[in-house]
Amino acid sequence: MSSNLIRNMLISAGLLGFFGALGTSMVLGIHQVTKEKIDANIKANLLKSLNTIIPAQSYNNDLLQSTIQIPVSSLLGNDNATTVYQAKRDNKPVAVAFDITAPDGYSGDINILIAIKANGDISGVRIISHKETPGLGDKIEATRSDWITKFSDKSLKDPDEKQWKVKKDGGVFDQFTGATITPRAIVKAVHNALLYFQDNRKLLFLEQKEYDLLNPPKLVKQES
Amino acid sequence: MPEEIPAQPVYGPIAKEGLWNNNAVLVQMLGLCPLLAVSNTVINALGLGLATIAVLLISNASISIIRNIVRPEIRLPVFVLIIAAAVTSTELIMHAWFFELYQILGIFIPLIVTNCAIIARAEAFASKNTILPSLYDGLMMGLGFTLVLVVLGAMREALGSGTLLAQADLMFGEAAQAMTLTLVEDYRGFLLAILPPGAFMGLGFILAAKNWIDKKQREKQKQLNLVTETSSS
Repeated sequence: MSSNLIRNMLISAGLLGFFGALGTSMVLGIHQVTKEKIDANIKANLLKSLNTIIPAQSYNNDLLQSTIQIPVSSLLGNDNATTVYQAKRDNKPVAVAFDITAPDGYSGDINILIAIKANGDISGVRIISHKETPGLGDKIEATRSDWITKFSDKSLKDPDEKQWKVKKDGGVFDQFTGATITPRAIVKAVHNALLYFQDNRKLLFLEQKEYDLLNPPKLVKQES
Repeated sequence: MPEEIPAQPVYGPIAKEGLWNNNAVLVQMLGLCPLLAVSNTVINALGLGLATIAVLLISNASISIIRNIVRPEIRLPVFVLIIAAAVTSTELIMHAWFFELYQILGIFIPLIVTNCAIIARAEAFASKNTILPSLYDGLMMGLGFTLVLVVLGAMREALGSGTLLAQADLMFGEAAQAMTLTLVEDYRGFLLAILPPGAFMGLGFILAAKNWIDKKQREKQKQLNLVTETSSS
């Protein structure tokens, strides 16, 4: 009787294990088949979004390969190290692109991709992800309105320091009817990114090795 | 769950069950989480609906094949395993070949695994029937689910943004950009329809409409019966 019970339990366990292995190998197989395609998709998509803010004609290096990691800074707003994509033409700096976080959106973090030309002008800004109210705050998306494109060619000099605000706060940037917090958060984050670029302009175009050599003393200074 | 499985499954009734009489959403009230979350545009709804159909087909077919090997006491964990594997595979395939759609649907693809409609079909149908009827049942149940998703998506998109089939190019390629219908030029948008409460209200209206149609049909049937009775007596 009891040996019968044990036999039944073993068969059930074996069957369960068999189906576990079967399911796992199925997922594993499909993962193998799709892996390369998925990686290629992610890269192509990244390059596509980078090229919307750094024109592909303006540089001739491999943008996805020329990257450096820069440490956390309060001006960037990211929780982790930030990847900087360096666009160069014949080894001369053209622009850098990196993502920043606006921590004070209406409903949480807004992730932003920004590209800044070597001369300090903004090449372009795009929203990567956000949780703002549909129909109000989501006009920050490039597909919904051209608001985000108004940052192009702005710099720390144009407009001046006091004007880097939404119109409601006395600046030059539009806010949306019914949504001021979202644009305000983005204007602030973009301005901070420009400040960071001003402080680190030389470093951001270096290769990782050179950057690591020069960076440590800088790190302390930036914590404001 | 009222469920009558005929000894020899007939294809006509299976279709009617899945699409209308025992519709996963409208009657069984299953899979409401993805339904309410993803029905803000027609294309999102269609994408999730197709992914759900794919999962239902894979899970129903595999469960039907193994129904005689799996013992009753371990059938639920095995069903869950198969469904999880099917969902993960579908997710990987969408990530590889429908990348942009995958980006929009994002988290809701893995969430198909929580769609009770799938395990309900596994338990109620596929574990008792041969492979062909099971596939057919999966297709019909999935179509029923997709149909409600798309209707709800169309209602919300038309009311909320004044368009239909926006972003169709994500699913059908660049040529489909022309498929987008702008119903009202310069529509200001009706926010409530896009937000979650709009989904609940929309579903409420669809349910009411279904019940109303059913009631009308029953009354018609009753009258017909009366007529035949009086004429025969």
